[in-house]
Amino acid sequence: MHGTRILDEADRLMTVCNSCRYCEGLCAVFPAMEMRRAFSDGDLNYLANLCHSCGACYVDCQFSPPHEFNVNVPKTLAVARAESYAAYAWPQALSGAFARNGLVISIIAALSMAAFILGFAALNDRSVLFGVHTGPGAFYKLMPHNAMAALFSAAFLYAILALVMSVRAFWRDIGPAVGGRADGGSIFQAIRDAGELRYLHGGGVGCYNEDDKPTDRRKLYHHLTFYGFLLCFAATSVATLYHYLFGREAPYPWWDLPVVLGTLGGIGLIIGPIGLFAARTRRDPALLDENRYGMDIGFIAMLFLTGLTGMLLLILRETSAMGPLLALHLGAVFALFITMPYGKFVHGIYRFVALVRYAQERRGEAGS
Amino acid sequence: MSPTSSHRADGMGSKYDVLVIGGGNAALCAAISARRGGASVLVLEGAPKFYRGGNTRHTRNMRCAHDAATEILTGPYTEEEFWEDLLRVTGGQTDEELARHMIRESKDILNWIVEQGVRWQPSLGGTLSLGRTNSFFLGGGRAMLNALYLTAERLGVDVEYDAEVTDLVIEGGMFLAARLKRPVKGETEIRATSLVAAAGGFEANIEWLKQYWGEAADNFLIRGTPYNRGSILKMLLDKGVQEVGDPTQCHAVAIDARAPKFDGGIITRHDSVVFGIVVNKHAQRFYDEGEDIWPKRYAIWGRLVAAQPDQIAYIIFDSTVVTSFMPTLFPPIAGQTVAELAGKLELDPAALEKTLTEFNAAVRPGTFDHTILDDCVTEGITPPKTHWARKIETPPYLAYPVRPGITFTYLGTRVNKEARMLMADGKPSANMFAAGEIMAGNVLGKGYAAGMGMTIGSVFGRIAGREAARHAKN
Repeated sequence: MHGTRILDEADRLMTVCNSCRYCEGLCAVFPAMEMRRAFSDGDLNYLANLCHSCGACYVDCQFSPPHEFNVNVPKTLAVARAESYAAYAWPQALSGAFARNGLVISIIAALSMAAFILGFAALNDRSVLFGVHTGPGAFYKLMPHNAMAALFSAAFLYAILALVMSVRAFWRDIGPAVGGRADGGSIFQAIRDAGELRYLHGGGVGCYNEDDKPTDRRKLYHHLTFYGFLLCFAATSVATLYHYLFGREAPYPWWDLPVVLGTLGGIGLIIGPIGLFAARTRRDPALLDENRYGMDIGFIAMLFLTGLTGMLLLILRETSAMGPLLALHLGAVFALFITMPYGKFVHGIYRFVALVRYAQERRGEAGS
Repeated sequence: MSPTSSHRADGMGSKYDVLVIGGGNAALCAAISARRGGASVLVLEGAPKFYRGGNTRHTRNMRCAHDAATEILTGPYTEEEFWEDLLRVTGGQTDEELARHMIRESKDILNWIVEQGVRWQPSLGGTLSLGRTNSFFLGGGRAMLNALYLTAERLGVDVEYDAEVTDLVIEGGMFLAARLKRPVKGETEIRATSLVAAAGGFEANIEWLKQYWGEAADNFLIRGTPYNRGSILKMLLDKGVQEVGDPTQCHAVAIDARAPKFDGGIITRHDSVVFGIVVNKHAQRFYDEGEDIWPKRYAIWGRLVAAQPDQIAYIIFDSTVVTSFMPTLFPPIAGQTVAELAGKLELDPAALEKTLTEFNAAVRPGTFDHTILDDCVTEGITPPKTHWARKIETPPYLAYPVRPGITFTYLGTRVNKEARMLMADGKPSANMFAAGEIMAGNVLGKGYAAGMGMTIGSVFGRIAGREAARHAKN
């Protein structure tokens, strides 16, 4: 017996699957399962986070519903995965944020954007808020650079701390790698596997979404979203270096590196989430954790809002709309940062950690 | 793709070039091959969509000859070696000309089936040591089926599920029409220029099994779907098609007695016989558990258990070997003492203790190695255990209850190299072809080697579809 009903069900399924093993070529979950004969809570949470939800094992399984063995690995692991986010959340007092995640994310996003708008309005003269500002330092006429840097650094550092503590709990719970080898190679392997979404691929045919025809659309939109996010992060990092190292203040001309990176990333963060949203709404309910609609959509919406407000700010930065748009964009980014440890963002972190563990086990197996 | 001459004015209904009855590997290979040959094709699958494909759902690999190692095969497997394996497992009960033809054709199937969307995977797991001879389907048999259905539908093959055929209209060895239980496209009678029968055997038809096995068949578990009832096979034989294969024989393995009556598939099997002893309901041993290595020992135990009272037996072992075989779907039943275990199995405790004591006393020292025919033997008991005999004495004592699990039957329709059915008088039918388990008895008179069923299905399915289309186009 396990701590939760969903882990009991995951254990039942892994016992069924381990006596079959037909799916071992589809992804990482089944080879990892085969290294075990019994499954602890930690093992099951590891497998749940290793699953990319490509759906292939459901479509290929001779025992999926309506068969009496009722084998539905993608759905079961999706529920277990979502419950693991709450189980490992730091501090534990905030784990409830995962229970009604869509609502929590919406409220925080709304409050954050409202706070920036009200703050801008309270601290700035109306003529400044709706004025036209151009040239270096234009943004900082509305909010001093140091205040902005301090506030966002604090939010970002808190998010990092909470994520590190959560991952620590996860890593401890999943226990030592079976025959594992802890070395740098495993991390590089995991970076490669995560970077190309190697296991969102049904073993080569593509992933399943609304029907039994495999496609790679979710992978494409996920790449746009993920790399869009990374490019935006890179844009901010480069701008920070410009500011402190070279004393060059934003906004930068359209051809300059931060703007180029931010524009490309922003496009990805608009198209990617739209595609993921469309795929999510069309996805076969049989494959889904239906109770996590809010969590899934909340995160997609936050990324979309960040991308959209950023792009609008870029396009309209030389008009009187710049002030309000800057407030909205900063509000969106701030909300994104502080909700990172308490929303769907964590899926990427836990999955990456699971991929590191899997790479260790595979390398240990190959080396032994 | 609509039929060549859709609804006709005379009310005779629609007519296809090729009608395929069945929905597994053989049926889909035939449908795709006929469609690629330019024919209009209708597939009638008697099962609902989820259970489509009969035994193909539960398969995992296919045995094809090849002259060199490939990305997925570790070494060559020549036509001659394949033939020798077939000769060995069938004990010579095979049609050499047909078998050699199939083996030759199997070489090209490795590529052809990939062109139809099926994917191979390297033999990763330690589950089966078939990496050189057999090609494994990525995701298993249902994944293979899914790929074939997607390809067939993309090519314009019409597919109907829950389409049970109640009668075949055959005149003078010529197929005219199939009658349906419920209308398909508004018709209760489907006419076609050629017929491909690929509807499997009768292993799920308990009443039919009882003709040969008597009431014992009530205790058989059927490893595939309840839809493998052999109704098409029966109709064909009743209407003058020549039969082949021993009607009394079926492929049976020992599977867990707790498995469902139908469709438990591969996961209910037990391969732990060599690690212990097997007793019947009287707690008596009845056969040498160490006679032979996989796969032979795997395939004989179904029949052995079928011959025991109430068709039940128990594999008894102890805690020292519990990780020596693959994890099982159902956990072993455990007892701290032999008597406790016997109680849980509802066996006579004294009888089981006596059997175990006598067995343990007969075990001679040896060097255990389950991968070879080792020198661990018993002396002075009947039946002996001639390999892998070790004392069973470390609690907890463990057991799996097993029953016969029926995989497939051998009775079929005789065919020639064109997969064309032969009538009772020896003459080839004008327009009736067969592929898959329904004609497997032509090459597989008895016995089995892993992956051969799929080879028979794909090779003869492809041939039957091609020939059926050729007939329809002439």
